[in-house]
Amino acid sequence: MSYLKWPVLILAISILSINTLWGDDDEEEQYENRSKNGTVTKLNTRYDFAVVTNSQFKAECTSCHMAYLPGMLPARSWTKMMDTLNDHFGENAELDVKVKNEITDFLTKNSSDKVHTKRGDKILATINPKETVLRISSTEYFKRKHDEISPNIYKRKSIGSPANCLACHGGAERGDFSEDSVLIPKDKTPTIMKK
Amino acid sequence: MKMTIILKLVFLIIMAKNPALANETILKDFEALAKSSDAKFIKFNISAGEKIFRTERIHSKGDKISCMTCHTPDPKKTGLTRANKVIEPIAPVVNPERFTDMIKVNKWFKRNCNDVLERECTIQEKGDFIAYMMSVK
Repeated sequence: MSYLKWPVLILAISILSINTLWGDDDEEEQYENRSKNGTVTKLNTRYDFAVVTNSQFKAECTSCHMAYLPGMLPARSWTKMMDTLNDHFGENAELDVKVKNEITDFLTKNSSDKVHTKRGDKILATINPKETVLRISSTEYFKRKHDEISPNIYKRKSIGSPANCLACHGGAERGDFSEDSVLIPKDKTPTIMKK
Repeated sequence: MKMTIILKLVFLIIMAKNPALANETILKDFEALAKSSDAKFIKFNISAGEKIFRTERIHSKGDKISCMTCHTPDPKKTGLTRANKVIEPIAPVVNPERFTDMIKVNKWFKRNCNDVLERECTIQEKGDFIAYMMSVK
């Protein structure tokens, strides 16, 4: 009896774990296949955006703000963004031409219209193809997802503006925007990004 | 030939271990630039540098702005960008990495002078500013 018990138990555990591991396989496979047509192979399908990085991008862009993911906007937005760095949301963020070109290349190659991801597709679907948006927070998708957040919440010292994804989405730079992990900070415990 | 390489290496190691030397070097570089572009140049002025840091003006877009907007009135404290990211202190006394890399220094002067003053800064202004920051104890 006992020599039969163990293999049965092991078999049962294996079936269970296979089920949980491959639970929502359909969606993940879809994005993995689609990514093969894009330029990026490093896709983390567990999350909402492809997690890609570039050393120049990190060095130059993240001294002022979080590392937004290239998959948040289409290529034309990134091109315009990088061509208007002399007035980057009201600030001068000009770069050396060589560095600018490398970063533009990285952003456009991994943009939402080149590498399709779960959330990137959803944002893209609400962008008018004739428009070139620069603010992710100006897209209909963003507004719909944040319609319960009043402007006063954004004004909290610990948040500042809708541009500070990390204030509430702790995994933002890892492409994790799942609703379960949202934590809206109170002003008493500021969660400001550190270098 | 080998000797110069060794000397250069020793120099680089000293610079890496002692950034204070590196920011003095940058100030000297600015001094040389100032001398070559202005025959009447004598030296950089610490109080003029502090005035640049502390002067508030109204930007053409309507907001009051100064260096202190992001860097806080105390150069020894951490500041905050408009996108809520921490800016390490600007005074070398607490942040010895400041003013040690000419490319970085010029990049940020270009950006920040345009942001605050809506024009680029002169060599004299940049030198005054660095001299003030290095005088903060």
